[in-house]
Amino acid sequence: MKTYTYTEKKDTRSGFGDGLTELGRTNPDVVALCADLTPSLKMGDFIKENPERFFQIGIAEANMMGIAAGLTIGGKIPFTGTFANFSTGRVYDQIRQSIAYSGKNVKICASHAGLTLGEDGATHQILEDIGLMKMLPGMTVINPCDYNQTKAATIAIAEHEGPVYLRFGRPSVPIFTPADQKFEIGKAIQLTEGTDVTIVATGHLVWEALEASKALYEQGISAEIINIHTIKPLDEKAILDSVAKTGCIVTAEEHNYLGGLGESVARVLATNNPTPQEFVATQDTFGESGTPAQLMDKYGLNAEAIVKAAQTVMKRK
Amino acid sequence: MPNTQQLEDLVIQVRRDILRMVHKVNSGHPGGSLGCTEFMVALYNEIMDRKEGFDMDGIGEDLFFLSNGHISPVFYSVLARAGYFPVEELSTFRLIDSRLQGHPTTHEGLPGVRIASGSLGQGMSVALGAAQAKKMNNDAHLVYSLHGDGELQEGQNWEAIMYASAKKVDNIIATVDLNGQQIDGATDEVLPMGNIREKFEAFGWTVVEIEEGNNVEAIIKGMAEAKSKTGQGKPVCVLLKTIMGNGVDFMMYTHEWHGKAPNDAQLESGLSQNPETLGDY
Repeated sequence: MKTYTYTEKKDTRSGFGDGLTELGRTNPDVVALCADLTPSLKMGDFIKENPERFFQIGIAEANMMGIAAGLTIGGKIPFTGTFANFSTGRVYDQIRQSIAYSGKNVKICASHAGLTLGEDGATHQILEDIGLMKMLPGMTVINPCDYNQTKAATIAIAEHEGPVYLRFGRPSVPIFTPADQKFEIGKAIQLTEGTDVTIVATGHLVWEALEASKALYEQGISAEIINIHTIKPLDEKAILDSVAKTGCIVTAEEHNYLGGLGESVARVLATNNPTPQEFVATQDTFGESGTPAQLMDKYGLNAEAIVKAAQTVMKRK
Repeated sequence: MPNTQQLEDLVIQVRRDILRMVHKVNSGHPGGSLGCTEFMVALYNEIMDRKEGFDMDGIGEDLFFLSNGHISPVFYSVLARAGYFPVEELSTFRLIDSRLQGHPTTHEGLPGVRIASGSLGQGMSVALGAAQAKKMNNDAHLVYSLHGDGELQEGQNWEAIMYASAKKVDNIIATVDLNGQQIDGATDEVLPMGNIREKFEAFGWTVVEIEEGNNVEAIIKGMAEAKSKTGQGKPVCVLLKTIMGNGVDFMMYTHEWHGKAPNDAQLESGLSQNPETLGDY
């Protein structure tokens, strides 16, 4: 079995910040906007190097989305930055009308997604954002898994014409994808080959899936791990090819099971090749305060939960 | 440049277009459209510096954003008669497969439209972004926008109004259609907004008032004054006092025609008050 190791942990938001800094140096059309959270979004270097291309909006996310839409008229490529909750639910109608329906080339970059922002609690822990954003026609939805992939995704979306939702987080997580790996929107990455169960994971759950695969291997179970960094458009072929071999699937995400990656995968399977599936996701609940590790444990979003789900789904074959 | 008589003729023709468009599909918003007809005609034919043809970025020309998208009939008629798309296409307003959706959108690629609007309160933010892009592009042209007075009840406007002066966005002229009416009645009854001029001034804007907002010459004069106040470090607001339903006697001075189409007899009456000038579509 192919195994993955890491030497360093880093937050995915830093991948966004460093990707944005690189874009500042390479793409003169890229501009950045923030609603009073520049340190949290790691936007400092971009701002320092390109003060004339940075727009401090203040605590006014609705206005930020509209201004971003307007900046595209004149050829700019705006990257908005705030927490995932304030990037989606708070401004859904602004995104829907002024960005998605209007077909504007805005990159909505959302940090602190999911439970892992920790102690701030449920007001700031959105577990519904993937669902909200994937339902918007024309919206691309990306949730990378580590620092390197988030940096690569940030750079890649500047080249993509159309609105994008880029979701990342606060905690330090292992860096295990290659720094030079090209980011292809909509192209899943197979991390391990397996024959007994497919595990499709996104964001912070990809590392947990790899950890789970080691435990499963020790039990004699061969798991195929797929890193789905793009939830929309979904790489349907990668999923169908894998379940054709394994006959069952686990989806894993830091999101509500309603509206998330799991439901997107279930639709693909139901319409092409009905396959037993288990969902590692939150169960239609809000989050709460706690450390990221405590929360992921309490809400069943870790390697242990993935192992259990794999064991369950294999029995349903 | 057209003379005043030519603009007056166009105003009458646009009124006819509005009445016929909403009558045909028995839906749409004639009241606010008629109230802003003189303004929109003057804006597109006298005030704005426009290029031939249409491209989304609009570099090297003035831009316009309609925030109160429900007055799409006047927007579509003025755009068509300014040459953005065939006048005959006005007959497709609100029909299936039309580019002339109930509310304006870029989605079907209608030339002249740069943003979808209809859900209120979003247009000022968009106009500000476009104005800031113009500055970054060293484009000295202006951005115009139009907003309903009732629309100012949407909070996003005040985020935008605060931002505009803080960031010295002085290449925007945002016009508020002060007709004093909204769906549920007079704005002063639905949600009184106090002194709108003082509110804009308190937020750091330069304010120009056009008392006769249905008089083409007064509009041109007032907008020239507004234009003269751009580029001075402050955003410019025009308070345009209009009469909802102007030019059709039974639609005037009431909110009843905000979103209601005339019946056959009412259409005939409205058209007879506005005899054909440039040719119906």
